[in-house]
Amino acid sequence: MKAAVVVFPGINRECDMARALKLASGREPAMVWHAETALPAGIDIVVLPGGFSYGDYLRCGAIAARAPIMDAVRAFAAKGGLVLGVCNGFQILCEAGLLPGVLMRNARLKFICRNVYLRVERSDTPFTRGYNAGQVICVPTAHGEGNYVADAGTVARLEGEGRVIFRYTAPDGARAPEWNFNGATNAIAGIINERGNVLGMMPHPENHVEAAMGPADGRGLFQGLAEHLDRAA
Amino acid sequence: MKARVIVTLKSGILDPQGKAIEGALRSLGIAGVVSVRQGKVFDIEIAEGDRAVAEARLKEAAEKLLANTVIENYDVKVMG
Repeated sequence: MKAAVVVFPGINRECDMARALKLASGREPAMVWHAETALPAGIDIVVLPGGFSYGDYLRCGAIAARAPIMDAVRAFAAKGGLVLGVCNGFQILCEAGLLPGVLMRNARLKFICRNVYLRVERSDTPFTRGYNAGQVICVPTAHGEGNYVADAGTVARLEGEGRVIFRYTAPDGARAPEWNFNGATNAIAGIINERGNVLGMMPHPENHVEAAMGPADGRGLFQGLAEHLDRAA
Repeated sequence: MKARVIVTLKSGILDPQGKAIEGALRSLGIAGVVSVRQGKVFDIEIAEGDRAVAEARLKEAAEKLLANTVIENYDVKVMG
């Protein structure tokens, strides 16, 4: 796995992300500044980390989505390259048109920073092959705008095509309004694009990758990606 | 040329900020407030003499950046 982590002004999770990627792959990812116009050669996954790019001005992720590097990310995704966006990275992918929908203010207007439970809906994607379908993982979340919204047709398509990859649930995997803490449509926490190579998710798997952090439930995502990419290489 | 671009949430899109403001207005005792929807105003000065061209350019700006047309509508007013 040769990863590139894109660094936008105002993001703050790039080091956590780089650490998780290195832990899974043994390789230091390339850190790519947003003003670059090309990705380093030989990259097989691009990661947009979390934080507050441009201070969340205008709309979360809106300005970062128009940064020079994003044309290269778009071209990379169009060729089938893997792209992962976490938290602000998910917001950027939606704003860039690489994923449908938008992340709105949390339903109860609060910034929510705590561990949440996610049901992994599919294990047959490069991002989730480290998990079993239906498995529930515990990962931290930290956002004020994670309330996934899309028009009814888009949501129906996402559901119909099995493109909802992570959903907020109770620890036993049951859906209930009190566990859908940000009010997201259908408790959607993460989605994939039509081709299956671009994933966006609000919670932070990169913050649960070692025993010292609590449960290491986020590790499966990075381990799965590393296995997928090393097999492909 | 001076222009104003107004961006508003589409109807049906939940606006928790508008709801919170609505509640605050009620608690201030301002009578008759039925509902509040929050939007954005951009005052833009554009170096362009032709009104139609300016308007077209600002529509492009709204489509590409100022509004997220998944959830928002926009209105461009060139004031001359």
